[in-house]
Amino acid sequence: MMGSLLASLRTPRGFVTVMLLLVFVVLPALTEAFDERYLLSVGTRIVIWSIAAVSLNMILGYGGLVSFGHAVFFGIGGYAVGILSASGVQSGWLQWPVAIAASALWAAIVGALSLRTRGVYFIMITLAFAQLVYYVSAGLAAYGGDDGLNISRSRFPDLIDLRDKASFYWLCLFLLCATLWFCSRFANSRFGAVLRGTKSNELRMTALGFPVFRYRLVGFVIAGAFGGLAGVLLANEGAYISPAMMSWVKSGDLIVMVVLGGMGTLFGPIYGAIAFFALEESLKPLMDLGHKGWGEYWQIVFGPMLVLVALYAKGGIDSLLGRHHD
Amino acid sequence: MTEPLLTTRRLVKRFGGLLATDSVSIDVRPGEIHALIGPNGAGKTTLVSQITGNLAPDSGAIHFAGRDITRLPTHARVQLGLARSFQITSVFREFTAIQNVAIAILAHAGHSFRFLGDVRKDRALRDPAWHGLAAVGLDQRGGVLASALSHGEQRQLEIAMALAGDPKLLLLDEPMAGMGAEESQAMIGFLRALKGKRAMLLIEHDMDAVFQLADRITVLVYGRAIASGTPEEIRANPEVRQAYLGEEVA
Ligand SMILES: Nc1ncnc2c1ncn2[C@@H]1O[C@H](COP(=O)(O)OP(=O)(O)O)[C@@H](O)[C@H]1O
Ligand SMILES: [Mg+2]
Repeated sequence: MMGSLLASLRTPRGFVTVMLLLVFVVLPALTEAFDERYLLSVGTRIVIWSIAAVSLNMILGYGGLVSFGHAVFFGIGGYAVGILSASGVQSGWLQWPVAIAASALWAAIVGALSLRTRGVYFIMITLAFAQLVYYVSAGLAAYGGDDGLNISRSRFPDLIDLRDKASFYWLCLFLLCATLWFCSRFANSRFGAVLRGTKSNELRMTALGFPVFRYRLVGFVIAGAFGGLAGVLLANEGAYISPAMMSWVKSGDLIVMVVLGGMGTLFGPIYGAIAFFALEESLKPLMDLGHKGWGEYWQIVFGPMLVLVALYAKGGIDSLLGRHHD
Repeated sequence: MTEPLLTTRRLVKRFGGLLATDSVSIDVRPGEIHALIGPNGAGKTTLVSQITGNLAPDSGAIHFAGRDITRLPTHARVQLGLARSFQITSVFREFTAIQNVAIAILAHAGHSFRFLGDVRKDRALRDPAWHGLAAVGLDQRGGVLASALSHGEQRQLEIAMALAGDPKLLLLDEPMAGMGAEESQAMIGFLRALKGKRAMLLIEHDMDAVFQLADRITVLVYGRAIASGTPEEIRANPEVRQAYLGEEVA
């Protein structure tokens, strides 16, 4: 165990992976020592977005399905927690399963309708369904409408207090690891092989006798469920829900993270999420240095960087770490 | 006379104004090789696509193994024992040869809603996959990406994939297209060895191959089946000689 860990340190991929893990593990202690609590909150958000990006990667990376509405699961997971909390149901044991089930159910509905289409139509339909939920949530006056709603955090009595920033961070990190573990098994399972087959050659899969639609639908539901989990965490992170959680921009950001990090790779979406936040956090102040207010437009610089990745590093950040061995 | 395995009855398919399948009725008996010949654009691929369900006929019916499959989706037809190879090679280019065959075997190993077990260590897939690959003579190339195989090898791989589910009927759309003489001869030998074990509907341009392999031949011209019979009958048919075989057999 220890030996193979040391051996993997010698490859760039192994080194980066171990370093990444290390940074995630020491982050709470570091931010505590330097009294930079804000950074822990950024770290927590990166971990949560990573869960969402890994879940999107399950269908986008392995299945080739360009779902342009994945942030809707932030919203559904978040609103399920928020609405239950506002109605007096505080227990996370109840809130979380309901939120995840609601996300899976919505994924089943959207998937059943959108997975019959291909290409641009699929992109547009997934976007349209996400927008539908967005506008419905903005119309929920009882839950703050456009402005959103402050909620109290889910309660897990005698287990964990989510108001404690460090505890919450550890919980998110644990759930990211669990999601990654599932994804690594999923990718190499029979189901994963079928999903990758449908991405590679749908016509051939059908000709081999696979009911492609069914497999895609199940993949879509699984990704939606994990997306819903990320939504639950996001709502608890800020103790706040709002339609902005699921704006189409967020869906686009998730796609960017997966593509930037490396589609269809285990850690790619995490690299993507980190790079995305790191660039956002650094480009904004850098551009504000040039002229106050320019930071708002950090994506003007970020956009061309993405184009460069798309042109010169097709496999994303992950591909820069060398070939996979399996 | 044994019941035919596959029959099409008065199948019609139009593309706009073009009548690509003009009331075609053919049948394939168990174990026989039925060759479908005809000039380019005659509608051979279109006919096969209707049999597999990739295209829906405008009218007519298709029966397979005693069932009306006209409205059945492709995957369900395949599960009944239909398999095809494509005129334009269709393999998983990003997968290795052995993975290509393994996924074909997976298609017939019950449902694949299994999320945790490692498919790479799945003996129930690997062993038969190697057998399938060996059967077409590709066992030395198992670890090579399909995209890195030669054209002829990719055609062989496609046959191995089609055979993976132990189909009752193979629909082969120009399996020798683009192959060198040696590869073609090997493929003819391979198909001949399969003869009698499973039925085939074979589309092929190489008349030597067709007359070597086929039990019966149907000639398609402008979407219509103008003749059907044994190789001798087809060779002797004046209409066929005029419409199609003219230069090649005269
Ligand atoms: N999807 C399609 N849409 C419109 N026309 C088609 C389509 N597929 C085939 N055709 C036309 O139908 C005719 C028969 O084509 P095809 O079945 O491919 O012939 P063959 O396989 O005998 O060479 C051709 O004229 C072809 O151009
Ligand atoms: Mg053709």
